[in-house]
Amino acid sequence: MEAFTTHTGRAVPLRRSDVDTDQIIPSEWLKRIERTGFGAGLFSEWRADPAFVLNSPAHAGATILLAGPDFGTGSSREHAVWALQDYGFKAVISARFADIFRGNALGNGLLAVTLPAATVEALTSQVEADPGVEITVDLAAREVRAPGLVAAFDIDDFTRWRLLEGLDDVGLTLRHQDAVAAFEATRPGWLPTTVPATAGVSEKH
Amino acid sequence: MGRTLARKVWDAHVVRRADNEPDLLYIDLHLVHEVTSPQAFEALRLAGRPVRRPDLTIATEDHNVPTVDTLLPIADPVSAAQVEALRKNCADFGVRLHPMNDPGQGIVHVVGPQLGLTQPGMTIVCGDSHTSTHGAFGALAFGIGTSQVEHVLATQTLPQRPPRTMAVTVEGALPAGVTAKDLILAIIARIGTGGGQGYVIEYRGEAVRSLSMEGRMTVCNMSIEAGARAGMIAPDEVTFAHLRGRPHAPAGAAWDEAVAYWRTLATDDDATFDREVVIDAAELSPFVTWGTNPGQGAPLAARVPDPAGYADPALRASAERALAYMALTPGTPLRDIAVDTVFIGSCTNGRIEDLRAAAEVLRGRRVADGVRVLVVPGSMVVKADAEAEGLDEVFRAAGAQWRSAGCSMCLGMNPDTLRPGERSASTSNRNFEGRQGPGGRTHLVSPAVAAATAVTGRLTTPADL
Ligand code: SF4
Repeated sequence: MEAFTTHTGRAVPLRRSDVDTDQIIPSEWLKRIERTGFGAGLFSEWRADPAFVLNSPAHAGATILLAGPDFGTGSSREHAVWALQDYGFKAVISARFADIFRGNALGNGLLAVTLPAATVEALTSQVEADPGVEITVDLAAREVRAPGLVAAFDIDDFTRWRLLEGLDDVGLTLRHQDAVAAFEATRPGWLPTTVPATAGVSEKH
Repeated sequence: MGRTLARKVWDAHVVRRADNEPDLLYIDLHLVHEVTSPQAFEALRLAGRPVRRPDLTIATEDHNVPTVDTLLPIADPVSAAQVEALRKNCADFGVRLHPMNDPGQGIVHVVGPQLGLTQPGMTIVCGDSHTSTHGAFGALAFGIGTSQVEHVLATQTLPQRPPRTMAVTVEGALPAGVTAKDLILAIIARIGTGGGQGYVIEYRGEAVRSLSMEGRMTVCNMSIEAGARAGMIAPDEVTFAHLRGRPHAPAGAAWDEAVAYWRTLATDDDATFDREVVIDAAELSPFVTWGTNPGQGAPLAARVPDPAGYADPALRASAERALAYMALTPGTPLRDIAVDTVFIGSCTNGRIEDLRAAAEVLRGRRVADGVRVLVVPGSMVVKADAEAEGLDEVFRAAGAQWRSAGCSMCLGMNPDTLRPGERSASTSNRNFEGRQGPGGRTHLVSPAVAAATAVTGRLTTPADL
């Protein structure tokens, strides 16, 4: 995973609440078995409308998404995060994220920043008035900065450290294999395994 | 200080706890399907890592599979490649797979409980948000992304922060004709799509206790639609009776030992929740969604709401957008909304009891002219059970299509989709824009309402017939 320390860029204002992951990347795109190339599918239904904000030349090359509340609801598809990153986004700012989306984003180095609704509104208005405005998302300082605005955001120490270092969770957990093995030795014997009891499947009807 | 059900299950699975770090949680069961796993297996392959516990992992093909002509090769080459990738990955990594046409195949959240692999007190994950379904057994079950799928495959653990807990208590008995689906739709409309964000919801109260396991699964399934990570219901005699004798349930002395443990899981009387919501069951009636998120719902007897009535500008804008997409006019009685498609199935309502409820309404009746009705069992076992009871004949005689098992029109990754502008009454869980096909419009309903709607061609409750 690429490390994230601080990022400065222009933003796209997406004035919609409850943007579900089906909209971020429609299910047709989920059939791919690769991890790359999802940018073309980002918001593909909405992008069919020339008036959709992402189509506006004024926002071309923007790297920060300013979203309405409850961003990333619905399906657990990590493809939504891959699509945002593949398109070029480095950070998403919203008043509230769906849990799974936020976890997926932070796991991939896409910074999901939660700010109070009034702050997101202020940033959105500013970008709508002047698409050239630059916003800085500073993970090291835990703050978002824009002209005339400095807003602190919360992120736990562990996640912040992992992002700053660009470390992936699997590697970190594999350091604790002994603890995992010790735990496994204490699991009750009646817990199920998926190994079939008999050949074929006989079900209770 | 007492502990909640969620906390007890959590505490029993902590492998490692350290200051300022998430807990490392052991995962008892990992469910896998073709859509969210290929990139995870590929990452293992690249790193040269094995699946740590293939014996705690099980896979099924569900999202892409066609529900007709299942003996033919999958026509869509991209879907076929994804299914083929799952087969290769399961073979290479030693994971049990129920492929298309296998008698054990079905939607991942129907397969786990049906095999008895879903048990109280377990931690269960899957690269699918409706993993919350399994919480109906008193398991802590939640959806994860593909990177986390890779993490669980490699380590059988997940780093997680303890969730906050919310109690949703439904007091009193559900009125006649009100089902588990109506209950959960009403709960989501009440707390909103973000109302459960950051919480594990425990459903409690008389109305919840009196639900069957199928009904409890319907309720827990849609917890994610309220934004919650998971939904749980404390295990009781209904749970134990449902589990007993299933292929992977404990037997003999192990059964007694397990039941004794499961009885300790209920939330202690002196435990506190971070948030509590109380709902009066007597106020509930058949419920339907009118908008494009599951929180935009109303009693079927109501009218399409007027966005102007919303004080919150964000809610108003969202309702305006939803009505434009749904092509609905404020003030229209919901009963006047005509549909061209009815979908009965999905991990929310594709179990045997759901099919029985729909068949009960359709028995001796005919589907309205011009209405396409798809009945898609949640698994091949549900299909076989339904056929043994003659339900397939009831559906066919009424003019509905009886299909093979899979996710089907719940998300339209297979050929079962709405065409642009088509409108469905659907027993699935998401009414998002284009969820059932680009430009399609979805009204979420219970199986009984879906069947009654099939008969009249308009949103209808069985009592209206
Ligand atoms: S039935 Fe629908 S919600 Fe359930 S697993 Fe399949 S696609 Fe997801």
